[in-house]
Amino acid sequence: MQSAVSVKDLKIAYGDHTVIEKLSIDIAPREFLVLLGPSGCGKSTLLNAIAGLQDITSGEVWISGKNVTWEEPKDRGIGMVFQSYALYPRMTVRKNLSFGLRVAGLPKAEIEARIGRTAALLQLDKLLDRRPAELSGGQRQRVAIGRALVRQVDVFLFDEPLSNLDAKLRNELRVEIKKLHQSLGNTMIYVTHDQVEALTLADRIAIMKDGVIQQLASPSEIYHRPASLFVAGFIGAPAMNFIEGSIELKDDGPAFVSKGLNVDLAGYAFQAPPRGGPATLGFRPEHIALDGAAKGLPTLIGRVSVVEPMGADAVVWFDWADRSLSLRVMGDVALQPNEDIAPGLDIAKASLFGADGLRL
Amino acid sequence: MASPHPNGPRPARLTAGSIGLYAFLVVAALFFLLPLYTMVVTSLKTMDEIRLGQIFALPATLDFSAWATAWSGACMGTVCVGIRAGFWNSVAITVPSVALSVFIGAINGYALSLWRPRGSSLLFGLLMAGGLIPYQIFLYPMVRAMANINLYNSVPGIVLVHVIFGLPLVTLLFRNYFVSVPEELCKAARVDGAGFWRIFFEIMLPMAVPMVVVVSMLQFTGIWNDFLLGLVFAGRDNLPMTVQLNNIVNTTMGERTYNVNMAATILTALVPLAIYFLSGRWFVRGIAAGAVKG
Repeated sequence: MQSAVSVKDLKIAYGDHTVIEKLSIDIAPREFLVLLGPSGCGKSTLLNAIAGLQDITSGEVWISGKNVTWEEPKDRGIGMVFQSYALYPRMTVRKNLSFGLRVAGLPKAEIEARIGRTAALLQLDKLLDRRPAELSGGQRQRVAIGRALVRQVDVFLFDEPLSNLDAKLRNELRVEIKKLHQSLGNTMIYVTHDQVEALTLADRIAIMKDGVIQQLASPSEIYHRPASLFVAGFIGAPAMNFIEGSIELKDDGPAFVSKGLNVDLAGYAFQAPPRGGPATLGFRPEHIALDGAAKGLPTLIGRVSVVEPMGADAVVWFDWADRSLSLRVMGDVALQPNEDIAPGLDIAKASLFGADGLRL
Repeated sequence: MASPHPNGPRPARLTAGSIGLYAFLVVAALFFLLPLYTMVVTSLKTMDEIRLGQIFALPATLDFSAWATAWSGACMGTVCVGIRAGFWNSVAITVPSVALSVFIGAINGYALSLWRPRGSSLLFGLLMAGGLIPYQIFLYPMVRAMANINLYNSVPGIVLVHVIFGLPLVTLLFRNYFVSVPEELCKAARVDGAGFWRIFFEIMLPMAVPMVVVVSMLQFTGIWNDFLLGLVFAGRDNLPMTVQLNNIVNTTMGERTYNVNMAATILTALVPLAIYFLSGRWFVRGIAAGAVKG
C-alpha cells in the first residue's frame, strides 16, 4: 500500500548541531500518527520539515506518492494547525479561513461554499465576522483547524494545538479532533508532549528522544510493552516503578533477584531466550495488586507513606527497600499512612530491561 | 478619636503631601507654558506696545496684523513675501520624505526580522550607530554625492537625504516590532501560499498600523523641524519653513519686529504641535503595541 507521508533518511542540522540524524518513517493513508516526546526532542522540527517550513540537510519527504522535498509548503497538499493558533489578527474569521483560497485564486462561489461547509462542521457560523481578538482560546483554535480544513487536503499537521488551552477545553477539543478524524478520514500527524493526548488520539505513536524514534507502535503496545527504559519511564502517570536487580538462570527457569525479592519469570514473555545478568524490572502502579498475596503472586512487603485519592481511583505510595513505589487502587479502598501492606506483582504484565536499557 | 470600622471603598484622603505635590505640578506646568504665553501675547501687540518692555502684560487691543505680515509679507533680506512660501516648501519636502522613509523602513524592518544571520546583533548595533552619528560628519561627502547625481539643490535631492538619514531608526523600530510577531504567523501564511510581499502587505503591515503612526509622527516632526539639511541640500528656491524663519528673525535691516517674529515662529511650530495634539491617542497606543504581543 502506498503511504500518505513518507520520510526517508531525513537529516536536519544547524552547523555542527544535529537535530535529527537519519530518520525514516512511513505513515499510512487515514492514519492518525502522534509524535510524542520531551521538549527539544526534534518532534516539531520533524513536523516542520514535513510541512516544508524547515530546511533539511539531506533526505526526502514524500506526500501522497509525490516527492515534495523541494516543493513549497502550499504545493505539498497539507494543512497545518499551530500551537499559538497563528490567526491573522487584522482579519475576520471569514477572511482568515478564505486567505489561502484567495491566494490560490479560487472562484468566489467555491470559496463561499467551502467556508460554509467548514463553519458548519466546526460550529463557527456565528463567529465568521469576528476578529480573532474577540474569540476565546477554544474558538480560536477551532478557527485555526478550520483554516486547515478549507484547504481540502489529504494531510493535516498539528503542532501542539491544545497546549495553550486550559484543561477542560483541552479535553473537549481533543474529542472534537478525534471525531473530525473519524468523519473526514484524512491522514493526521500530531505533535504533542502530552501523553494523554497521544494515547487517546493516536493510531500509532512515535516516541522521540534526541531526534531518534525510540518506539513506533500502537498506544496499547507502547503502554504495555515499552521497547526501552526511556519509553517506559516517559509514558504513564504516575510513572512506572523500576527495581534494579539481576536475572539469574536457575534449574527451574529464569528469575529476577533483588534485595530479598525473588520473582519467578516463568510468566514473562521474553523477546529472546533469557540470559543472566543485570536487569531492571518495571511495573505499572495498576499491575501490582493489594491482595496479591492471596492470589499467590510474589509480594513486596512495605509501609504506606502517602495516599493520593483521585476520585475514581487512588495512588498509594509505599516504601520498599528504601525506595518509594506506587500502587493504584480503587477510590473506595481505605488505607492510612504507616499501614503495612504486602501487594503482589503480576509478572506477566511487567517489563524487563537489560543493561543497555532495551526490553528483554 | 476612635478609628472608623473599615467597610466598602477606602475613603480618599487629602494630605499636606498630596496638596504640595499638586501645587508643585501646577507651578511647573505654568512655568513651562510661560514662553508660549509670551510668544502669543507678543505676537498680538503693536510695536509701540512692545517697546514698553512689559513682556508678560496682555495686549491693549488684539492686533492680528503681525500674523498676516508673518504669513505673507515679512522680509528675508530684501525679499518680502512672508513665510508662506517656506510653508509649502516644507510640505513638499516633509510629506514625500515621511511617506518614503516609513514605507521603505517598514519593508527593511520586515525583511531583517526574517533574516537572522550570524552576527546580526553586530549589524543592528551598526544600524543603531548609523542613527546616532551626527549629520555634520556626512555633510561634505553627501553634498559631493548629490552633486554627482545631479540632485543637489532640488526637492528630490533633499527628500532623498531625509529618507537616507531617517532609514536607520525607522528600520530598527519596525524590525523590533516585527520580531515580536510570532514566527508561526508567517509559517501559517506560507502554508496558505502567501509569499514575501503578500505576507507583508496583507498580514504584517495591517498589524503594524500603530507603529506606522508613531514612526510617521517621529519622522514628520524630525523632518519638519530640520534646519541644517534643508539649508544645505534644498537649494534657494526650496528652503523649508525653518530656514526662512531663521532668515526673517535674523534680518538685520531696520527695526526688529518682535511681533512678526513671534507670529512666524508659532506658525512654523504649529504643524508638528497640531499633529501631536490630534494623534496623541495613537501615539500612546503605538508605544504600548511594542510591548504587547498579538
